[in-house]
Amino acid sequence: MIEIENVRKSFSSLEVLKGIDLTVEKGEVVTIIGGSGSGKSTLLTCINGLEPIDSGRIVIDGTDVHAKSTDLNRLRRKVGIVFQQWNAFPHLTVLENVMLAPRKVLGLSKDKAEEIAVKQLTHVGLGEKLKVYPNRMSGGQQQRMAIARALAMSPEYMLFDEVTSALDPMLVGEVLDTLKMLAEEGMTMICVTHEMTFARDVSDRVAFFHQGIMAEIGTPDQIFASPQNPETQKFLASVR
Amino acid sequence: MFDTALTWNDLAFLAQGAGMTLAVTAVAVTAGTVLGILFGVIRFQIGPYWSAPLTLLLDVFRSVPLLIQLVLGNAFQSIAKLGWGAFTTSGVVLSLYTAAFCAEIVRGGISSVPVTTRRAARSLGMTWWQDMRYIVAPLATRVSLPSWIGLTLGVMKDSALVLWLGLVELLRASQILVTRLQEPLFILLICGAIYFLLSFPVARLGGYLEKRWSPND
Repeated sequence: MIEIENVRKSFSSLEVLKGIDLTVEKGEVVTIIGGSGSGKSTLLTCINGLEPIDSGRIVIDGTDVHAKSTDLNRLRRKVGIVFQQWNAFPHLTVLENVMLAPRKVLGLSKDKAEEIAVKQLTHVGLGEKLKVYPNRMSGGQQQRMAIARALAMSPEYMLFDEVTSALDPMLVGEVLDTLKMLAEEGMTMICVTHEMTFARDVSDRVAFFHQGIMAEIGTPDQIFASPQNPETQKFLASVR
Repeated sequence: MFDTALTWNDLAFLAQGAGMTLAVTAVAVTAGTVLGILFGVIRFQIGPYWSAPLTLLLDVFRSVPLLIQLVLGNAFQSIAKLGWGAFTTSGVVLSLYTAAFCAEIVRGGISSVPVTTRRAARSLGMTWWQDMRYIVAPLATRVSLPSWIGLTLGVMKDSALVLWLGLVELLRASQILVTRLQEPLFILLICGAIYFLLSFPVARLGGYLEKRWSPND
């Protein structure tokens, strides 16, 4: 369970998160929608401790992410994150990209790490690309590799930060299909996205962020069919 | 038609000089690179404000002519009664000189690795050290290599200045022969050819590594 309590966060004088409360249960898929600058992506990077917070608390399975005593490197093993930019390690093959963290962070043997990597890469449809270098693949393939790389750590939670925003429109589908597959398998996910159809089809709950505040949260039906907050209505009208 | 007083013994003498040039260069480049990596990482890690004193010190080594550094370094070791010989003094001064340039190359290489790539590494649970070792080091090396090769070749030629501390390296050996045989052009031609032969493999090594890495980038 991820519990986010009254989280505030500023970048110098700009307050990007103005007191966010959100609880995500095991097995739940929550998508976050909202305009740019609404604080959606910042929240994700705070959840796995890549960014510090100014006040409030984020607790994952009883561990306070931002407490001084927390071993973030250990915590991050169970909270995977995939970014808008897929960030392949360009000097490693696809297989090596996925094997690296299981070997060095989890301390698995080469054979065991390779077995896991091959399994995850096959899972996201890259079983044929093991020996290829990332730059020889499309953005969609690289993004799926990044997903496999995160999954190879056997995380209990996955955070997706606008993972299709930097892709050519024709490549968006393959990545969204991968996310859908994960959701159906019961992975606990928080997805920041601009893909409204995806949010409606896959989410258990949809949260709408506006200017650092969670303006509204509810089931996809509630949010998309009968949004209550005027800002939600405005936003949905603009993206339709 | 072509007549020279140069003997095989003289050539062996030149080869000895070349050996000294290689030895001084090897010491300077090895120690300078190790120190340069250390200084470069420190400079990158603690930021421009806190590393200002180190930056200033390295700037001194980069801007003062090497000849002056050698003479001052020698005077210093003598005043401080360190008892260093010419080779040790030359090695220490050239190493610091090399380190000052290498630190900049290393810092530039580290900066060239995108922050987002490093974030991805850390988000997988890698420690700072693992990120440095498995992601930053290989990527920064690829970027820094051409500059580092240039530095190495430069240091090999600059190492000629250690003759002022009395070391008989390649250029000093040539001078001695010129003085004795009075055939400056011919001997300097040979001396230049030897410098070229020493540099060529290093330059080729750089080309080879760049080529080997390039299909992946």
